[in-house]
Amino acid sequence: MAVSAFEFEKPIAELEELLGALRAPEKRAEAEAQGIDLDEAIATLEGQLRQAMRQVYGHLTPWEKTLMARHKDRPYSLDMIRLIFDDYMEISGDRLCANDEAIVAGFAHLAGMPLAVTGQQKGRDLKERQRRNFGSARAEGFRKALRVAQLAARFGKPVVSFVDTAGAAADLRAEQHGVSEAIARNLAAFSVLPVPTVAVVIGEGGSGGAIALGVADRVLMLEHAIYSVIAPEGCAAILWHDKAKAAEAADALRLTAQSALDLGLIDEVVCEPLGGAHRDPAAAAAAVREALERHLAEISAMDRQELLDRRYRRLRSFGVFGAVAPGGDASAEGE
Amino acid sequence: MAAGWFGRRSKAKAMESVPEGIATKCGGCGEIVFAKDLDRNMQVCLKCGHHHRLSARARLAITVDEESFVEFDLDLAPGDPLTFPDYLAKQSAAEARSGLRDAMVTGVATIDGLPVSIGVADFAFMGGSMGSVVGEKVARAMERGVEKRLPVVIFSASGGARMQEGLVALMQMAKTSAAVARLQAAGLPFISVLTDPTTGGVFASYASLGDLILSEPGAIVGFAGRRVGNQDLGTHLPANFQTSEFQLEHGMVDRIVPRKDMRPTLAYLLSFLSPEETHGR
Ligand SMILES: [Zn+2]
Repeated sequence: MAVSAFEFEKPIAELEELLGALRAPEKRAEAEAQGIDLDEAIATLEGQLRQAMRQVYGHLTPWEKTLMARHKDRPYSLDMIRLIFDDYMEISGDRLCANDEAIVAGFAHLAGMPLAVTGQQKGRDLKERQRRNFGSARAEGFRKALRVAQLAARFGKPVVSFVDTAGAAADLRAEQHGVSEAIARNLAAFSVLPVPTVAVVIGEGGSGGAIALGVADRVLMLEHAIYSVIAPEGCAAILWHDKAKAAEAADALRLTAQSALDLGLIDEVVCEPLGGAHRDPAAAAAAVREALERHLAEISAMDRQELLDRRYRRLRSFGVFGAVAPGGDASAEGE
Repeated sequence: MAAGWFGRRSKAKAMESVPEGIATKCGGCGEIVFAKDLDRNMQVCLKCGHHHRLSARARLAITVDEESFVEFDLDLAPGDPLTFPDYLAKQSAAEARSGLRDAMVTGVATIDGLPVSIGVADFAFMGGSMGSVVGEKVARAMERGVEKRLPVVIFSASGGARMQEGLVALMQMAKTSAAVARLQAAGLPFISVLTDPTTGGVFASYASLGDLILSEPGAIVGFAGRRVGNQDLGTHLPANFQTSEFQLEHGMVDRIVPRKDMRPTLAYLLSFLSPEETHGR
């Protein structure tokens, strides 16, 4: 797959191809022979390319963002961990039966500050993808994440989670080992974890498997990440009995970072380098790092009880209600 | 995770051939059974024991002491946070079908004289799916438990998070689970009752956090819909995959309780989980 391979990237791919051709060494001689200023031509094209990229990537549709969030070269949790933290020591296993490699967890330092880190990890090649179940965790993975988070909390260390999953595993073993209970347990336990917590949706925030690592004092999303109750394909299948209408479903679900911010469900959208995080993972990681340091400094300064109260109030504030029917049955509530 | 409420269409079709209100085709044995017989037997088939779904009102009637139920939060009505296609029309249709503003009825009541904060889901309202209203009512039921020092009992029946409310619906999983955590931290018990079906975002949030988890026999209980599971796994699934019996077998449910035993079972457990001495209750 070329860097710009999606349909909506066509104008960019064409300019990139043109630029690539002009930069070939033999073209220079050719241009000189014809009296053409190659450097000027390249500079003009580069300007056009930047212009086209700003145009395209500044106006991605929810479905195009979905494709970006799932891009195979997008930085995954371990890339972010490597690029953001000073160091990283992985910790394994749920102490019950397995080490689910769909989730990674461990200890790290952020500019010298010790913290725990967890995240879903997709695989790069087929072998790794199978080993990590494509980043779709079973109960074992969620329990490992919680174990490491609670251990960190015992020693007052903050917890950072990277969310990047199409969803939790829904196979026989997942069901046998209680994947639902594990997700629910994480939601409850992270809501009362007595240390500062930040979650960053870096790619796909797929449903219950995503929110299982997504309860935090601050929730950030990368600019082209998505967060949704259901995959657009699944939504389209239910709504229109047609998986091909995923683009329409993505619109309806409003699954972009910008929509999540508008709905008041996240705190910040972290800008990606022009063209997406996969074009410059180091720049994307630097942006996340800056945001992490800022948010952690803010919430680390808070009183512990105030932090937990704020976290609960934040969760309690989620919900949109319709108007009360006029003259309707008022609540029997006497509280 | 999100609710699609599969299967209702085919059931509705099967019932069309039978005069409405007089008899119905049993979803368990396929026999035509008289509505009167079902009514007399808590909607449990006399022939095969199949537990038919109950409305929230019918469930309350067979669960709590007569005239003990006081409903709360009646004024909560669903919004349309995403302006999702056809959602408002679906809400109206669901309200007409169920007589409810949304898929959860909550309040306080007594069971065998023991006061509880109680919630009952109604599958007839958009498949019992959890959007803002269901999430809010569950959270308030938990908070009412803390305020009034009451144990909490919730009967779930839900296809999962309500797709039409998108990420707002997904967040209800976190909201309800956080409220359970506060209830339990306050030293109060939560008994979760899983009825047919309890799947997706409801099973993966508050419904799995009961100090005790009961389920009706033969209920569909699982993470993904059974249909999704079948597609993913081919045919290598146990016959009872994603049923209450499967969940019992794997340690996720404490007891399978037939409908006629639910009320005395709840009374027994509530008296056990009460902090006070309960001799001679
Ligand atoms: Zn029957």
